[in-house]
Amino acid sequence: MATVTLQDIRKSYGPTEVIHGVSIDIADGEFVVLVGPSGCGKSTLLRMVAGLESVTSGTLRIGERVVNDLEPAERDIAMVFQNYALYPHMSVRNNLAYGLKNRGFARAEIDRRVAEAAAMLEIAPYLDRKPGQLSGGQRQRVAMGRALVREPAAFLFDEPLSNLDAKLRIQMRVEIRRLQRRVGTTSLYVTHDQIEALTLADRLVVLNGGVVEQIGTPEEVFDRPATIFVAGFIGTPPMNMVPVDWLRGKGELDAVPAAADVVGIRPDDLDLEAPPGSHLTLPATLELLEPAGAESHLYVRLDGLDQPATVRTQGRPALADGARLALHVRPEALHPFVKATGRRA
Amino acid sequence: MRATFPHRFLPYLLVAPQLAISLIFFYWPAGQALHQSVLREDPFGLKTQFVGLANFRRVLGDPAYLNSVQVTAFFSVATAFLSMAIALVLAVQAEKILRGKGFYRTLMIWPYAVAAAIAGMLWLFLFNPSFGTLAYPLRQMGIAWDPLLNGNQAMALVIGAASWKQISYNFLFFVAGLQAIPKSLIEAAAIDGAGRTRRFWTIVFPLLAPTTFFLLVVNTVYALFDTFGIIHAVTGGGPGKSTETLVYKVYNDGFVNLQLGSSAAQSVILMVIVIALTAFQFRYIERKVHYG
Ligand SMILES: Nc1ncnc2c1ncn2[C@@H]1O[C@H](COP(=O)(O)OP(=O)(O)OP(=O)(O)O)[C@@H](O)[C@H]1O
Ligand SMILES: [Mg+2]
Repeated sequence: MATVTLQDIRKSYGPTEVIHGVSIDIADGEFVVLVGPSGCGKSTLLRMVAGLESVTSGTLRIGERVVNDLEPAERDIAMVFQNYALYPHMSVRNNLAYGLKNRGFARAEIDRRVAEAAAMLEIAPYLDRKPGQLSGGQRQRVAMGRALVREPAAFLFDEPLSNLDAKLRIQMRVEIRRLQRRVGTTSLYVTHDQIEALTLADRLVVLNGGVVEQIGTPEEVFDRPATIFVAGFIGTPPMNMVPVDWLRGKGELDAVPAAADVVGIRPDDLDLEAPPGSHLTLPATLELLEPAGAESHLYVRLDGLDQPATVRTQGRPALADGARLALHVRPEALHPFVKATGRRA
Repeated sequence: MRATFPHRFLPYLLVAPQLAISLIFFYWPAGQALHQSVLREDPFGLKTQFVGLANFRRVLGDPAYLNSVQVTAFFSVATAFLSMAIALVLAVQAEKILRGKGFYRTLMIWPYAVAAAIAGMLWLFLFNPSFGTLAYPLRQMGIAWDPLLNGNQAMALVIGAASWKQISYNFLFFVAGLQAIPKSLIEAAAIDGAGRTRRFWTIVFPLLAPTTFFLLVVNTVYALFDTFGIIHAVTGGGPGKSTETLVYKVYNDGFVNLQLGSSAAQSVILMVIVIALTAFQFRYIERKVHYG
């Protein structure tokens, strides 16, 4: 068990820099999720921690050791790959035991750890099968088991659930979280799925274009997005962005700093009925009502603005397309941003 | 899918050239060989006598034939092993090259385009004891190099020439085989604490098994039957009979010494070996060496 520290980590492929100075402190036993759009450098960052990619500059520490120039094997980490990377010619048992055999563990200790991991992951019945004879979910468990038996300082996960169907993904997500709590191993987890990120993480690192946009607990990131990018990336449907000038005269704007020129409003915070207390009232026209089970999504056009906005509401409001609406929002629900810098005002 | 033809006889017409070639160049000579193997004929073709299996009995009891079996076995195993080992080493090295991969691969493929007899001549010239470019340094190193008189050296020379020609082919298959191994497996093994050598023997080599097995069969067949040109050009089966493989002996006995019955019996034996090898390949290559 150990801390993992990234200090101004950079990565270049030839002349192109893809990671532009990333610093993250991961506490001992913490579950940190790296989230960001495709191509933002999540895998590259994770692979640098694993030792599969060289670090162009910066300092990488696992525990007290600087590991920049250590081989993957010497870093005391275990990784779960997106495609599982199970050895196809070895039985499940040997897949689990391989890393321990390479490190010269005694037969008895290997058997004990394999049995323990197999019991924990409920893969004991398949120990003598080859990976090709397992279902996707079972392979996923074996990949987890291979990481578990090593009892490493840190787990690294690169989108481990993206090859599973929706239902299994939720089930495995819960299981990963449960296992990590139980063994208490420091974990760095990469995903582009924000639900996965929000549900798994102790802390979230939002990455965009090789730059950290925000680090914080899921609540912090969701409730107080630090940049326009984070505001748009975390939360579904994404946050609506409205110019401050347009809001003037529609209600109290005291909570919005003077520097702000754009305001974000989550679809959930737009109410069809006026809430008690101070609020803004925005006139709009309904363009499309989309029922989504227990809730509904309303695609509306705010009067005098080009871009559409989204409203999420419980139940199924009896509204026809083209209906005139008055949307209400409390001043606390406004997220003020400065457009030029992209940061929160 | 079933193709339909406008005329009933058109399909037969279309396969006729292929059939004709098979008939003229395979079935007819094969039939001739079978027929001759049970006859005894004098070199001038004046007298022919039916002798049953006597030719086979004589061939199999002939020490010269048994010597040839040994020579062939050694030559085939050594050629297959050498050409595959070198090709595998080169393919593994080529994987590591970052720039100019295509250039190296193209260079590697050249020897395959060289005709057997020319490859043989090339090696003969390089290692000719009196004027060979490479014979001189060998002698400088204190090796009494004379493949024209020393049977072992002659064997080494034909093995070298035969392997060299086959390396390209093996290289291509090994490169393809290596590329088919997912990179993440190697990475997982590296994280699992396996060093370069251990990774190769525990992950890469087992996963190459289908390729290796296929090449083993192909190379054995090559060494057994496709090396006539090289042996003919380099040693002519000599010195003595030290490089006379089974195929070369068929030629020697039949065309040089005109022992037609014996030669025919030998070629029938070879035919049986080919059929057995092919059956073996069909049976095992698809089924045995893969992972479910
Ligand atoms: N070997 C390489 N050579 C050059 N550029 C690379 C290399 N590997 C990755 N990149 C670039 O680095 C950037 C980050 O890639 P990376 O794989 O880390 O993205 P990612 O965030 O994991 O995306 P995804 O969610 O699609 O997996 C991309 O722009 C990619 O094109
Ligand atoms: Mg990735």
